[in-house]
Amino acid sequence: MSSVAQKRGFGATLWDWLTTVDHKKIGILYLLGGGFFFVVGGIEAMIIRVQLLTPNNDLVSAGIFNQIITMHGTTMIFLAAMPILIGFMNAIMPLQIGARDVAFPFLNSLGFWMFFFGGVFLNISWFFGQVPDAGWTSYASLAMASEGHGVDFYAIGLQIAGGGTLLGGINFLVTIINMRAPGMTYMRMPLFTWTTFVASAMILFAFPPLTVGLFLLTFERMFGANFFDPTMGGNTIIWEHIFWIFGHPEVYILILPAFGIFSEIFSIFSRKRLFGYSAMVFATVLIGFLGFMVWAHHMFTVGLGPTANAIFSVATMAIAIPTGVKIFNWLLTIWGGSIKVTTPMLWALAFIPTFVMGGVTGVMLGTAPLDYQLHDTYFVVAHFHYVIVGGTVFGIIAGTHLYWPKMFGTMLNEALGKVTFWFFFIGFHLTFLIQHWLGFWGMPRRVFTYMDGQGWNSANVISSVGALFMAIGITIMVYNIIVTSIKNVRVANDPWGDGRTLEWAIESPPVFYNFAQTPLVRGLDTVYIEKMEGNLSGITPAEPVQDIHMPNGSFIPFMLSLGLFIAGFGAMFRTEEPWGMAVLIIGLVWTFAAMAMRSLKDDLGFYVKKEDILKDMKRKGGQK
Amino acid sequence: MMKGLKKWRLFSLLAALTVFLAGCGQEELSTLLPAGQVGKDQFKLLMLSSGIMLLVILVVVIIYVVAIVRFRRSKLGEDFVPEQVEGSHTLELVWTVIPVLLVLLLAVPTVYYTYKLGDVSAMHEVNEDGQSESLVVDVTAKLYWWEFEYPTLGIVTAQELVVPTGEKVYFNLLAADVKHSFWIPAIGGKLDTNVENVNKFYLTFDKESQDLKDGVFYGKCAELCGPSHALMDFKVKTLAPAEFDKWVTAMQATGEESTDVAAAGQGEVLFQQSCIACHAVSAVGESGAIGPNLASFGDRNRVAGFMDHTQEKVVEWLSDTQKQKPGNLMPSFGEKLSDEELNAIAEYLMGLSVEK
Repeated sequence: MSSVAQKRGFGATLWDWLTTVDHKKIGILYLLGGGFFFVVGGIEAMIIRVQLLTPNNDLVSAGIFNQIITMHGTTMIFLAAMPILIGFMNAIMPLQIGARDVAFPFLNSLGFWMFFFGGVFLNISWFFGQVPDAGWTSYASLAMASEGHGVDFYAIGLQIAGGGTLLGGINFLVTIINMRAPGMTYMRMPLFTWTTFVASAMILFAFPPLTVGLFLLTFERMFGANFFDPTMGGNTIIWEHIFWIFGHPEVYILILPAFGIFSEIFSIFSRKRLFGYSAMVFATVLIGFLGFMVWAHHMFTVGLGPTANAIFSVATMAIAIPTGVKIFNWLLTIWGGSIKVTTPMLWALAFIPTFVMGGVTGVMLGTAPLDYQLHDTYFVVAHFHYVIVGGTVFGIIAGTHLYWPKMFGTMLNEALGKVTFWFFFIGFHLTFLIQHWLGFWGMPRRVFTYMDGQGWNSANVISSVGALFMAIGITIMVYNIIVTSIKNVRVANDPWGDGRTLEWAIESPPVFYNFAQTPLVRGLDTVYIEKMEGNLSGITPAEPVQDIHMPNGSFIPFMLSLGLFIAGFGAMFRTEEPWGMAVLIIGLVWTFAAMAMRSLKDDLGFYVKKEDILKDMKRKGGQK
Repeated sequence: MMKGLKKWRLFSLLAALTVFLAGCGQEELSTLLPAGQVGKDQFKLLMLSSGIMLLVILVVVIIYVVAIVRFRRSKLGEDFVPEQVEGSHTLELVWTVIPVLLVLLLAVPTVYYTYKLGDVSAMHEVNEDGQSESLVVDVTAKLYWWEFEYPTLGIVTAQELVVPTGEKVYFNLLAADVKHSFWIPAIGGKLDTNVENVNKFYLTFDKESQDLKDGVFYGKCAELCGPSHALMDFKVKTLAPAEFDKWVTAMQATGEESTDVAAAGQGEVLFQQSCIACHAVSAVGESGAIGPNLASFGDRNRVAGFMDHTQEKVVEWLSDTQKQKPGNLMPSFGEKLSDEELNAIAEYLMGLSVEK
């Protein structure tokens, strides 16, 4: 466990990554896992757009199309967007608050492996030819009627992955509450840390309903329970409520960290303190709170009655106010600043108008009587892609370019980054702008084809061409990542030159214990303050150099998650195959054995000796 | 160079014009060309909310563009250090209060129309005979088809809703298998057909459908319900009240026709042998049939809700229903019956009419 780079065999490297509890490495694992699923979901999106290129197209059959849209939505939300954001939270947030790791490094690793095995479980359904096909919302009546094991893969896969997310959320909350460096008060935390904090709190309250809902669905489908079957006294609307009580906060969980990334970018590349910091924090918390109060706006057409619809309408519109506050604060941050249009800044600048367009259509959808027309049409498809792609995905790509040097120690190519941007940005608006009108013109969403003569043909062609542009953009980005990784030009602490927060004051990538000495924080944008006052290192240490306590790596999280993965197959085939019950038991025993091993075996971690730290510091000093 | 530019301008102008003209969609299924009071109310809200939202976008874009143009580092110089402004309470107040006012401006009509469109109290008002005073249609959504029962009139039909213009028509909505959603875009918003409870709402139809392209409004299923969700279309024929009464009388009369086996053609005989178990050809009755009622099949606009209404298409449908509408519950007859027999049935079906 020395920070000095040494040659190691492939086996040792693999073992290191399988057992790591280092938040930076887990961040990279999340980024790789999420990136892989993002590409898978993107391929599914391309198949959808090719299928809808012409009326009456038969590239894929109706059944397979439903599987593709279900997997596209589920993959992009649970397995791509959220893990990548959690990856950034992992990689960056502890650095921003001056911590050496997260509060529970073991749980952090467990969270990743549960996400990974859950995601693999869900996608293995393709090899069984029994794929979830009831939509990412998996409404109960259709989910119950769905034949084969498709929806079982959905219920169990998401259960495992969702458990991982919940662990991550709890971990980040505890980390931010307990592990801030001296002087890092709540109101001095960088905004990305704040949004991580609020998103984690939302995970804490939103994921248990999902867990419950998935348990009910699992027991309904695999163990003969009758929670949703109306002929047995069940009720399908309960699923809709449970799902959206989770599902609406979920979209804020996706957008808030992206807001955080953009806040950092606007501030860095305008060389200016975030305008209205406290208002921004307040708006973030308020959005997080209101996010739990509006779930029924997904259900205006369910027939809840005018009173419920009116209340949820007004509550939904209220969210526009804190969101508007944020938009104007960002605008005033760049106003009067010194704007440098780097690739991350380009994405951030594109985010503002794009997200505003997605936001205003959200208010339109929140207008209940108007929603009766627009609900479940392509207008909705356009709306949520404007917010999720225009907000979250833009944020992810911006964050990737911004934090790549911090995570990997090398820059992504700026020119290629801008080419990626223009392809993706133009393609995005081509794809989704026209879809608002498709909705107005009466095209329902989730249709595998459409008849000729309804006036939808050319709009769908435009949309599909746009999707191709987006795919080209992402391909260039992947190429960019590969090429720059091979070249591997090393960069210094603050490659962008205008870093303001703690992560930019340590080397890229940081040593495994992050800070040789815990920093003393003297205000918002502490590194900027230090530099303005002439301290070029950007950090004032809060402690002398001393031994540092660090956690040991562990293989148990991998094994524990694997046990759940195995048990999932057992639960699914329990009644059909003779081995089903045995596999279920083996999987659960495996899981509990892993838990027992963790509980019984004391793992006290290890100390990085003062001499080693001094040696590291000297080596770094030599580089300057 | 200039000439090329001019041509390009003309082209973009034409393109913009085309987009503008096409911008309203097609009369039979566009929400932007509402042909009923409910749709018109919703269109008003669309215009109001779009107006407010365009204003918001405009303000944001102006500040944004000015900021990007004025404050570029390339202009200000590499060494320029901007003033580190903390914020402004006045500005925070301004951009909190103005959005609050805008939201209120939208919220008041929203609440008003939510209650207006949700008012179905008249549905339960009955006259002296205990009959409902308004026209009520019970809609049952089934795996990929729609059944329409008129309980006060004692008739039932499928796939093509027939309604009078100029009055509120009330709907009871229910799904028989999985959840669907009942939507006639040009007339008004949708309401889900749940599996466990009856949903009620009303629509009004202001325009007779005979002048439309196909003589009908288009109806859609708007909730994912399985493989053939996309094909779960229905059509809506709106008639002047007098015409509607005539149609009702004709439908009620289909119950009186009895089959004269001797006079029956080959198609009718085959139908009696193969199809009658699921499909009624009398419109008198209640909902709950296994297959769509075919009493007025010849008057309809589509086969199976989405295929062209020709005899060939009927044969195509009967031979392989799964190929046409995957996952639907009707068996295929391509192997059980010869082409000749299928044609005979198709011919018989095309002759089932109450309008001719």
